Amino acid sequence: MTDISATSTIRSTAPSKAAIRRKGSTGRGRLPVLLLFLPPALLLFTLFVILPMGEAAWYSLYKWSGYGAPTDFVGLRNFQVLFNNTAFLTSLKNNALIVVVSIIVQIPLAIWLSTMLANKIAGVVLFRLIFFLPYVLAEVAAGLIWRFVYDGDYGLFASLAHLFGVETPYVLADKDLAIYAVLAVIVWKYFGFHMMLFIAGLQSLDKSVLEAAEIDGATGWQKFRYVTLPLLASTLRLSVFFAIVGSLQLFDLIMPLTGGGPFNSTQTMVTFLYNFGVTRMQVGLGSAVGVVLFVICVTLAFGYKRIFMRND
Amino acid sequence: MTNMSTGVRVSAGTKAYLYLSLTLIAAIVLVPLLTTAIGGFKSLGDLRVNPFGLPAEWHPENYTDILFGDRYWRQMMNSLVIAVLTVFLTVTVSAMAAFTFAHVRFFGSNFLLNYFLIGLMFPAATAILPLFIRIRDLGLLNTYWGVVLPQVAFGLGMSILLLRNYFKNLPEELFQAALVDGCGYIRFFWYITLPLSRPIIATVSIISFVGSWNSYILPLIMLNSESIYPWPLGIMVYRGEFGTQWQLVLAFITLTILPTIIVFFLAQKHIIAGLTAGAVKS
Repeated sequence: MTDISATSTIRSTAPSKAAIRRKGSTGRGRLPVLLLFLPPALLLFTLFVILPMGEAAWYSLYKWSGYGAPTDFVGLRNFQVLFNNTAFLTSLKNNALIVVVSIIVQIPLAIWLSTMLANKIAGVVLFRLIFFLPYVLAEVAAGLIWRFVYDGDYGLFASLAHLFGVETPYVLADKDLAIYAVLAVIVWKYFGFHMMLFIAGLQSLDKSVLEAAEIDGATGWQKFRYVTLPLLASTLRLSVFFAIVGSLQLFDLIMPLTGGGPFNSTQTMVTFLYNFGVTRMQVGLGSAVGVVLFVICVTLAFGYKRIFMRND
Repeated sequence: MTNMSTGVRVSAGTKAYLYLSLTLIAAIVLVPLLTTAIGGFKSLGDLRVNPFGLPAEWHPENYTDILFGDRYWRQMMNSLVIAVLTVFLTVTVSAMAAFTFAHVRFFGSNFLLNYFLIGLMFPAATAILPLFIRIRDLGLLNTYWGVVLPQVAFGLGMSILLLRNYFKNLPEELFQAALVDGCGYIRFFWYITLPLSRPIIATVSIISFVGSWNSYILPLIMLNSESIYPWPLGIMVYRGEFGTQWQLVLAFITLTILPTIIVFFLAQKHIIAGLTAGAVKS
């Protein structure tokens, strides 16, 4: 979740005290410290991040089971197969759907809660804790808990249906409903994180502007719509960014809930990669998914920085 | 959304509305968690007819059987070992690298820093197959290191960035004074930089500990014998084994998330700050 966030800040770390520093950093023993301190990080990073990514690009051009050397060169056929695979197309659609739901349900919910919690009333801290709790829980545990909630025989849904005298729904087994059930869990799991972002954003607002609006006779809603919300714009962008990033790597939560089923209706890109690339050891196809994911992530990181962070 | 900053008193009507809304959302968060914990005390039949309420008859043996078996403890230990190794290695390796970026001027320093920041742009899942093959060829499949090393590598970008920014903001005079006194880089790092950077080291440790404790996809791919499974994998196996005996699965889930919940409530300030501010501030 936190992975991509920091790209936006590469720029902001420009050395402000460079001039002073120049003098101080010519101390003795520069070479030993470089030779001792840099190689461990460089080695680990190159070996387990950069090389695997490069290899993914290379393997994606082969049909390969992972044993021996890759020799069966197929060019771009893996990508062709991928974009003709209905399960993969569903996974792309689901990833987009998760972002959309996050923007129209989760973020408004988070803003609403954060403005409520900004009031000075008793118990605010406790509510904040409760709302953040699902975010701290492991995805796997959250997924299993909701699998129970949705269970048609034992779960809470079953007894709710019973209460209303409706036929018991097997939500996670229904290929039309399952994705919505998954989306609800996603909102449940992550809204607290977004709420915390907005609470932090609200705390850093310049209060005098709000007071000025109040003196000018603005109503609560007007103050929110024309003062608070515009001032929260950068938090809002950050929140959308995290929603997209989270959607792109969503895996742990889906596996205990549906595993991508029924009939591949709840696959995301990463569950597709796992179900079709890893479990069947189709290294070429799986790597092709990795490459697509990589291209989306990098485009996003740069595009986002370009378009949205310009004014910050 | 009224009175959010001014100290004006909240009217009774607003207050009722606030508490009602907040309580409703809190209930949606808590009900699944509470029914899970209470469900662990029920019999299967009881669970079927009455998933919400208190058990008709308490069955603490669901819990005690798990607590007295070695399966639960083994998984917790595995998770702990993997997380501690990950935190230790991440902090050590990235603090050393961050120190050179913050305090040592050398040719290519900026280029190298940006090289590490590439790691922030994509998740481990993108390279999971080549990673698997690499770990297999290194003979590390089914070992703790097979999970720890990739986790550390993918955490480096974020940790180096956080640490470097913090190191850079330490007072410059310290460094000058130390140099005048004939203190070398390494002693400076050990005796001055590290002790002064406890808050950011705590943040980096929390991020990497929580990440490792909850991580599922890397162990899933790198490990294949149950004896070294961390708990997220172990719980999935348990669920597969006991199928629809939900009361046991619920007790097991409750026991596995219990440490997280306890630690969260004890150290909530640090954890919330670490997981949100840490992500944003960097």
